[in-house]
Amino acid sequence: MSDDDLLNELQRAAFGYFLSTCNPANGLIADSSRENSPCSIAVVGFALSVYPIAVERGWMTRADAVERTLAALQFFRDSDQSGQPEATGYKGFYFHFLDMHSGARVWNSELSMIDTALLLAGALTSASYFAANTSGEIQLRELVDILYRRVDWCWAQDNKSTLRQGWKPECGFLNYGWDGYNEGIVLYVLALASPTYPIARGQYAAWTATYQWENLYGIDFLYAGPLFIHQFSHAWIDFRGIRDRFMREKRCDYFENSRRATEVQREYARRNPNGFNGYDENCWGLTACDGPSQPPATRASERRRLFGYAARGVPYGPDDGTLSGWAALASLPFAPEIALRAARSMRDRFPEMLSEHQYASSFNSTLAGTNRVVGDDAVPDSAVANRALWVSTGHFGLDQGIVLMMIENHRSGLIWRLLRNSPPICSGLRRAGFRGGWLSGKSVAQRDTTPGQASAP
Amino acid sequence: MTTVHDAAEHARLELLHPPNWCNPTPTARYDLVILGGGTTGLVAAHEAAALGMKVALIERQLLGGNCLNIGCIPSKALIRTSRLYAEMRNAEHFGAQSPADIRVDFAAIMQRMRNIRLRISRISSVHDLVAAGVHVFFGDAQFIRPDALQLDGATLRFRKALVATGAHPELPLIDGLDAAGYFTNANVFDLTELPRRLLVIGGGPLGCEMAQAFCRFGAQTTIVQHWPLFLPREERDAAQLLSHAFERDGIEVRLNTEVVSVRVADGQKLVHLVSDGHHSTIAVDAILTGIGRVPSVNGLGLEAAGVEFDRDHGVHVDDFLRTTNRRIYAAGDVCLEHKFNDMADATARMAVHNALQFGRKRLSKLTIAWCTYTDPEVAHVGLYVRQARERNIPVKTFTVMMHDVDRAVADSEEAGFVKIHVREGSDRILGATIVARHAGEMIGEITLAMVAGVGLRTLSRVMHPYPTQAQAITMAADACRRASGKRER
Repeated sequence: MSDDDLLNELQRAAFGYFLSTCNPANGLIADSSRENSPCSIAVVGFALSVYPIAVERGWMTRADAVERTLAALQFFRDSDQSGQPEATGYKGFYFHFLDMHSGARVWNSELSMIDTALLLAGALTSASYFAANTSGEIQLRELVDILYRRVDWCWAQDNKSTLRQGWKPECGFLNYGWDGYNEGIVLYVLALASPTYPIARGQYAAWTATYQWENLYGIDFLYAGPLFIHQFSHAWIDFRGIRDRFMREKRCDYFENSRRATEVQREYARRNPNGFNGYDENCWGLTACDGPSQPPATRASERRRLFGYAARGVPYGPDDGTLSGWAALASLPFAPEIALRAARSMRDRFPEMLSEHQYASSFNSTLAGTNRVVGDDAVPDSAVANRALWVSTGHFGLDQGIVLMMIENHRSGLIWRLLRNSPPICSGLRRAGFRGGWLSGKSVAQRDTTPGQASAP
Repeated sequence: MTTVHDAAEHARLELLHPPNWCNPTPTARYDLVILGGGTTGLVAAHEAAALGMKVALIERQLLGGNCLNIGCIPSKALIRTSRLYAEMRNAEHFGAQSPADIRVDFAAIMQRMRNIRLRISRISSVHDLVAAGVHVFFGDAQFIRPDALQLDGATLRFRKALVATGAHPELPLIDGLDAAGYFTNANVFDLTELPRRLLVIGGGPLGCEMAQAFCRFGAQTTIVQHWPLFLPREERDAAQLLSHAFERDGIEVRLNTEVVSVRVADGQKLVHLVSDGHHSTIAVDAILTGIGRVPSVNGLGLEAAGVEFDRDHGVHVDDFLRTTNRRIYAAGDVCLEHKFNDMADATARMAVHNALQFGRKRLSKLTIAWCTYTDPEVAHVGLYVRQARERNIPVKTFTVMMHDVDRAVADSEEAGFVKIHVREGSDRILGATIVARHAGEMIGEITLAMVAGVGLRTLSRVMHPYPTQAQAITMAADACRRASGKRER
C-alpha cells in the first residue's frame, strides 16, 4: 500500500468516528466510543475542524457539514451558562464533559479553559471555511462570533499571572499548576485576541517564563513530556517560520521544536530504560492516553506500576510500557519520515492497536500473555495466543481528531491555511509577540477580530 | 507514645543540657551574646571564641537544636534503615533472594537512631563550649534594652548580640486535629510503636522523607499535599519523579488535597479530605504534620531591643545579617527563607565575621545548596530556570538522565537526572538540580564550580573514576562543550 493510500485509509477511518458518535440533534460528539460515554467539548472542537476536511475529500456534503456545525454552535449558544453544578458552562466557558442529550455537566467535570479553547478553535475553523453568503453559512459565522465574544478570558486569570486550568462550582478555580510548555498556545492566542475580554500581553510572557529549554539526548528543545503537547495547538496553527520572543531567543520555532520532540521520543524508546516490550526507534508514542490500570492475573507478581489514564511522557515518565500509535502518526507534519516509518512498523507488529482502521487509545505489549487482553478484561483469543497485548477498549475522539487533522495538514495544509486567514488567530499570535514567516504576509487577515470575515480557502 | 528514658537519652541530656547545670555569673560585658544553641549558635560561639572574644550562649532547651535532636540526624538514621528494608523486599531485582521473613523491629530502629544521635551529640556538648571559653546559660532570656538581656534576674550586657533561636513546626489549623492528637518533627522521633496506618500532612521535605521512611517500615501511609506537586520549590520534573517513586513504594499520594477535619471514632482517627470539590474520608492511627516551620521569635523581647520582626519571615535582617538594631545580628532559621542546616552554619560564620571583625560579607553572595533525602534524593543549588527567566537571564539546561549513566544502570538506580542550567551562549553555571540516589553528594561538585566561578565546559576536563554516578556531571559538561563547538563553527 502506498503512503498516500495508507494515510487516506487511516484518515477516512478516523472521520468515521465523528459520524458514528454524533448526536445530530445537538451536534455533540462523544468523548469515546465506549457505552454511555459523555460528550467531550474538545472532541466537538475537533469535529468542527474535520467537517471541512470531509467536505474537501468528498466524504460529506457541504450542506451536511453546515447542518452538523450549526447544530453544535446553536446548542452552545443556547446552553445553560449559569455555572450551576448541572449547567453546561459559565462565563462563556464550558464544562469538560457533558451529557450527550441534555448537554448538562457530567462526571463532576471542571469548567475547562483549554478544552473550551479547542472547541473555539474548531468553531473558528468552520467560520473560516464556511465563508459563503448563504443563510446557513452566514448564521454559522454569526454564531461563532457570539460564542467567541462571550468568553470572559480575564475572569479565567483569577488575578494570577497566567490563565487557570479549570474551575468548579463546588470549589472555584482548581489548584493545578499549569507551568511549563503545554498545549495551551492556542488558548493564549484566543484569549489575547478577544474583542471583548482580552488578557494582557504580559500573561503570555508570564506563561512562557515557565518554559524549560533543554539539551536532552544531544537535542536542544523546549521540553514537554507527553507527545500530544507538541501536536495539539499545531493542529490548527501553522507555526512554521513564525516565532515569539522565546523562540527568537532560541533561534527555533514551535514547528521545528515539535520535530525535535518527536526525535526525543524516538531516542527514549530506543534507549528503553525500563526494558518494556516493543519499544525501539520505530515503536514509540508516549502521550496522554488510556492505559492498563490492573495487572492481569498472570502478572500479579510484577511490581511494575500501571497508571491507567495518564499523561505519559518522556523522559521523566510516567511510563508503564503503554504506547499510542496515533501519537506517532500525528507527528507526521513535523517529521514525516520517522513518523510514517513508525506508523507502518507499529501497524505491522501490533495490528491489534487498530480496529476498523481506527487507532485505539493505546496498547501495552509488555502485558502480553496467552490471552488477548482488551481493556481490563481478559478475553480468550486463540488467534493471537502467545503474542497478545493489552489494548485500550474502543476509540477516543481526541485521538481520531488529531490523527485526521495532522494527516490533512501534512497532505494539503488545509487547516493551517484556513486559520492563517482567521483574524483572531492572527491577532492573537501578534499580541503574543509572534513575528515573521506567513504572519508578515499581506494576505493575512489584519482587519479586525471578527471571526467570520476571512475569505474561503 | 511515651517519651523514651533509656541510657542513650540520659547521656544525650547530660551532653546537651545537664540536669544539674548551674549558670555562670555573667561578666561585665560580653563581646557577643548568642541567643539560641542550635547549629547557628554553636558555630557562632566556637567561631567567636576562637577569635578570643568573650562569648555567652543562651539556650532554652537542648544544645544542637532542631538538626541534631529532632531534624536532620534522627531522620537520616531512620531513612537509612528504611532504605535497607526496601532493598530487602526488592532483592530479586538485584538477582538476590528476599529474606523469607522480613520483620520490622521498630524498637531496634529507634534505638539505633538514638545511639547515632547520641554519638553525634558529643560535638555539640556543653562541655566543648565551656572548654572553648564560652559562658553557657540555660533558660528563657529576653532583651531588656538595646544592649542587654535578662536571664533569671541576671543581666547580660553585650557589645554585639546574635539572635539564633531557629524555628519550630508550623501547626495546621484543622478542625478536630488537636483533640485527635498528632505528631510533628518535635515528637515523632519519640515514637515507640510503628503506627499501622499513618497520615502525613504536607509534601515538603520533612513530610516526603518521613512518609517514605514509615511506608518502608510497613506503615500503610497516605500523604496529603495542598499543592499539585511535592516539594513545590523544586523543579516540576523532580517532583513528578518523586511522586512516581512514592507510588511505587505503595504510598497513597493525595495531591491537590486539603485536610478539612479530623474526628476520633472507635479508636481511629477519621480524616475528612477534599480535593477539587471531591470529598472523602480515610481512617488512620496516627497523623504527622510537616507543613513547614516558622521562626521562633516570641518571648525574646525583640521589641525592647528595637529589632523588627514578623511571624512569617522572622527577624528582619539586611544583606549583612544585621537587624534594625546595629548591635544585633541574626542568622539561621530565625531570619532566613532557606531553613537548612548548611545555611545556619554559613550564616553563623558570616554574622560573626560581620559583627566582630568589621566584615562586609553578604547573604546574597552565598551559593545555596540543599537536598531532600528521599529515594531518590532531590538536590539543588543556585537558580531555578523560572528564577533566571524572571530576571531576564536566558537559560539553557543540559540534562543527563541517570538511565544513561553506566554506574546508575549497574546499581539499578536509574530513576533521576542531572540538570545543569547555564546562561545561554556561555557555560556560566546558574544552578542545577540533581535527582539521584546520591544527589546530595553529587551536588557538591556543581556547588564548588559555582563558588569558584568554573564554567560547565571546564567540568568536562574533570576526570571521575569510572564508573561513578557523578559521571553524569561530566556527560552534561561534554554536551555543553559540544554545543559550544557547534555554535562556534
